[in-house]
Amino acid sequence: MSERITDIGPPKYDKFLPPVIKDNYGKWKYHEILEPGVLMHVSESGAKIFSVRGGSGRLVSTDFIKEVCDIADKFCDGYLRFTSRNNVEFLLTDQGKIADVKDACKKMGIPIGATGHSVSNIVHTQGWVHCHTPAIDASGIVKAVMDDLFEYFGSHKLPAQVRIALACCLNMCGAVHCSDIAILGIHRTAPKVDHERLRHLCEIPTTIASCPTGAIRPHPDKAIKSVVINEPRCMYCGNCYTMCPALPVFDSQKGGVALLVGGKVSNAKSPPIFSKLAVPYLPNNPPRWPETVQAIRKILTKYAEGANKYERVGEWVERIGWEKFFEVCDIPFTFQHIDDYRWAYDTYRTSMHFKF
Amino acid sequence: MHKTPLLDQLESGPWPSFIKDLKRVAARKKPAADLLGLLERSYKDKITHWKHGGIVGVLGYGSGIIGRYTDLPEEFPGVEHFHTVRVNQPSGWFYTTKALRELCDIWDEHGSSILNVHGSTGDMIFLGTTTPELEPCFAKLTAKGWDLGGSGSAMRSPSCCVGMARCEWSCYDTMDLCYEATQNFQFEMHRPSFPYKFKIKCSGCPNDCVAAVARADMSVIGVWKDDIRIDQAAVKAYAGGELKPRGGATPYAKLDVQADVVALCPTACMAFDGKTLKIDNKNCNHCMHCISLMPQALRPGTETGATLLLGSHAPILEGAQMSWVIVPFMEMETPYEPFMDLVANITEWWSENGKNRERVGELMLRLGMRAFFKGVGLEPPPQTVKTPRANPFFFWHEEDFEAEAAGRKYIK
Ligand code: HEM
Ligand code: HEM
Ligand code: HEM
Ligand code: HEM
Ligand code: SF4
Ligand code: SF4
Ligand code: SF4
Ligand code: SF4
Repeated sequence: MSERITDIGPPKYDKFLPPVIKDNYGKWKYHEILEPGVLMHVSESGAKIFSVRGGSGRLVSTDFIKEVCDIADKFCDGYLRFTSRNNVEFLLTDQGKIADVKDACKKMGIPIGATGHSVSNIVHTQGWVHCHTPAIDASGIVKAVMDDLFEYFGSHKLPAQVRIALACCLNMCGAVHCSDIAILGIHRTAPKVDHERLRHLCEIPTTIASCPTGAIRPHPDKAIKSVVINEPRCMYCGNCYTMCPALPVFDSQKGGVALLVGGKVSNAKSPPIFSKLAVPYLPNNPPRWPETVQAIRKILTKYAEGANKYERVGEWVERIGWEKFFEVCDIPFTFQHIDDYRWAYDTYRTSMHFKF
Repeated sequence: MHKTPLLDQLESGPWPSFIKDLKRVAARKKPAADLLGLLERSYKDKITHWKHGGIVGVLGYGSGIIGRYTDLPEEFPGVEHFHTVRVNQPSGWFYTTKALRELCDIWDEHGSSILNVHGSTGDMIFLGTTTPELEPCFAKLTAKGWDLGGSGSAMRSPSCCVGMARCEWSCYDTMDLCYEATQNFQFEMHRPSFPYKFKIKCSGCPNDCVAAVARADMSVIGVWKDDIRIDQAAVKAYAGGELKPRGGATPYAKLDVQADVVALCPTACMAFDGKTLKIDNKNCNHCMHCISLMPQALRPGTETGATLLLGSHAPILEGAQMSWVIVPFMEMETPYEPFMDLVANITEWWSENGKNRERVGELMLRLGMRAFFKGVGLEPPPQTVKTPRANPFFFWHEEDFEAEAAGRKYIK
């Protein structure tokens, strides 16, 4: 057997760069967005590169990747890349081939867009396809929401860019907390202890140690060799279930979706902002989650109507005030909206600056 | 193939359908067919049917593979074992079709043919294989020059924005730093020995296209120290409507330089008299707003480097944090020694003091910023805080009095 290779890291990036990028690396001067989804970058040398950006489901097959490769082979000398939001970009030096790439994408069902003042692809997590703690599916909700917001993917109609993310539980593998609109799967009940299975399947000390809030205690009846959960302390994180399969945290009836809004990561004008709770609960309603889809559309359209030029969702809400946001979006204000976790105080209003 | 009436409803509509895509694989592969069957069951039951697995991996590595098993193995034997393989992505997610086809061939042979391009950390995620396939899959990957990414309590695969490869705003070479950091920390990536995960993300400018500030323990964000470069003729062209705002990215036909740029500058450091744009660069906080709106007229300066911010993590446990400034400016030149050394100091300080599953940002809050700065050998810059404290509870140490007596500002 040949020697085992380890710790080589990924291939160096320069192996994969098209010649026009190698020649103009660090020398780009400006860019234009020729139409939604089509970028042109111009170098100090006058050289140009055209990028055609298209959406993908992120959860894909090797067949899909090979078809994408066919397009890149045919028109892009075999060069392509993916973006941080799971879009695919075809890299061209010949402006004349943009139309060909767009046609080929259309045939394959890849929509073109995700530039500028659009709704780009939804960053998301695994959901029921591959994870053990989700409250909701990921890919299915993303598909339903993107179908509904499709007109905004391939256009520049909005006051600013709108970035949506989804995480299927509060572990938030998907980076949702700083999104214009964040879709979050939530459990709303503590795990149910299956004493019979727990005795055989789980180690009690590690199960107790797994709980970040210290909500798990040994069962007072030593003979039962199990644990009990102090329900008011539980924040439904599912960590204990990771350690011990006899503590399922999901509840088919009570789990669901929360929406957080107004986050951003860029520094443009205002500093990065966390997303804040807008809708505490919507029902878990596969396969197309209509309540979630409608709630997002409502927020997006109210934003598009109400925001100033270049204003992000979070900047719009802060300007009009959250009480006005709830009013225009028709969202009832609940106890859940008032922070009572650690560091809650800085969210309480201590001024007379509010509206009726 | 299983009947999937609920999933079938996700085949229609204009957005690419993952169900249509997976059905193609299901037609030729039993695990993919069972995956769809299992997913249909979740859509019906409204709960997941995966459980957390035992430890699986490849020889010598403590990370890169995540064990995954279904709780319905009798009905869906094709996904009884369905482990994840994290393949470390190339910087900037650039590929050639040759490389992508090789990866696909490996995954067709040794796995489910289903993958995420890409996972949220940045890796290409191969979803679904069995334990016996892991070693052969790994051997084929390394033979073609690929390696596994990080998982568990380890350095995670660093990731970066497209940077100098195709963005005029990049203030340092994000793709190169990402590559060199990945190489430098191979041991820490593949042999988990930290209290918890540690992520590095590199954005070339304050637009932060990889969301470094929100999702990396170490967020490296490009910045310039000197003056924004101005092409006054192009400013006039924007004012006159010959150039479109944001390079054409908006619904607006014409830029109103006064209202859209100058009036929205957060530091009020710009002025426009209808002809010439003036920037008081000493007061600019490099927010990127004006540059984003007028890409042909304005560019970052030429004295460039990066700001290091530390500490972000997701909500568990104390609530989510964004990274905060610890080094306002660092030159970023290969081989990035000051950066690599600082990351090594930080992970060492954290490994010594951190509790199990405590992120570095939580440790900084628990022990305090003084302990952090001293522990890693940095002086406290005023840029670290938005405002100084408003309470009177500040404490003094013997070493402060010693420094004071010696006429020094800080303890050295
Ligand atoms: C719907 C809600 C949210 C979603 C979907 C979400 C999603 C995500 C995702 C996907 C990541 C992962 C990034 C990666 O792969 O590296 C992430 C990271 C992060 N999120 Fe969120 N998030 C949400 C809410 C929040 C909130 C409310 C906060 C804070 C108030 C927050 C703070 C963070 C932080 C600090 C990180 C960095 C994570 C780390 O590496 O540990 N998130 N979030
Ligand atoms: C207690 C905390 C967490 C637990 C128990 C947890 C658990 C998991 C599990 C089990 C998976 C595998 C899903 C699969 O089967 O493929 C996963 C994937 C992942 N997690 Fe987490 N996670 C936690 C927190 C986080 C955080 C805070 C982040 C980032 C901010 C994160 C980022 C990821 C990423 C990037 C993946 C790969 C899957 C993807 O890209 O969608 N995780 N996590
Ligand atoms: C006109 C100005 C801008 C240009 C030319 C630009 C350029 C780019 C480029 C080249 C990418 C791909 C980067 C990568 O995948 O690593 C990107 C992605 C991204 N940028 Fe920007 N950026 C601009 C403004 C902004 C601003 C102001 C923000 C935030 C407020 C922003 C947020 C993002 C995000 C979230 C992504 C990921 C999008 C995706 O992958 O589809 N960008 N941008
Ligand atoms: C070194 C720190 C501080 C000192 C020496 C200080 C000193 C004082 C003094 C001498 C008074 C007048 C008491 C009187 O005769 O009525 C006062 C009142 C007050 N201070 Fe401070 N203060 C400090 C910090 C703060 C801080 C940090 C806050 C709030 C954030 C604060 C809030 C107040 C308020 C609200 C009053 C009015 C109290 C009342 O009338 O009941 N002080 N302070
Ligand atoms: S967000 Fe939660 S449920 Fe979703 S993939 Fe991550 S850990 Fe799993
Ligand atoms: S779900 Fe989380 S908070 Fe609740 S008992 Fe389990 S580990 Fe503790
Ligand atoms: S973070 Fe800045 S340098 Fe990097 S791609 Fe985005 S705009 Fe360009
Ligand atoms: S970068 Fe921001 S702060 Fe600086 S001049 Fe431009 S708008 Fe003003």
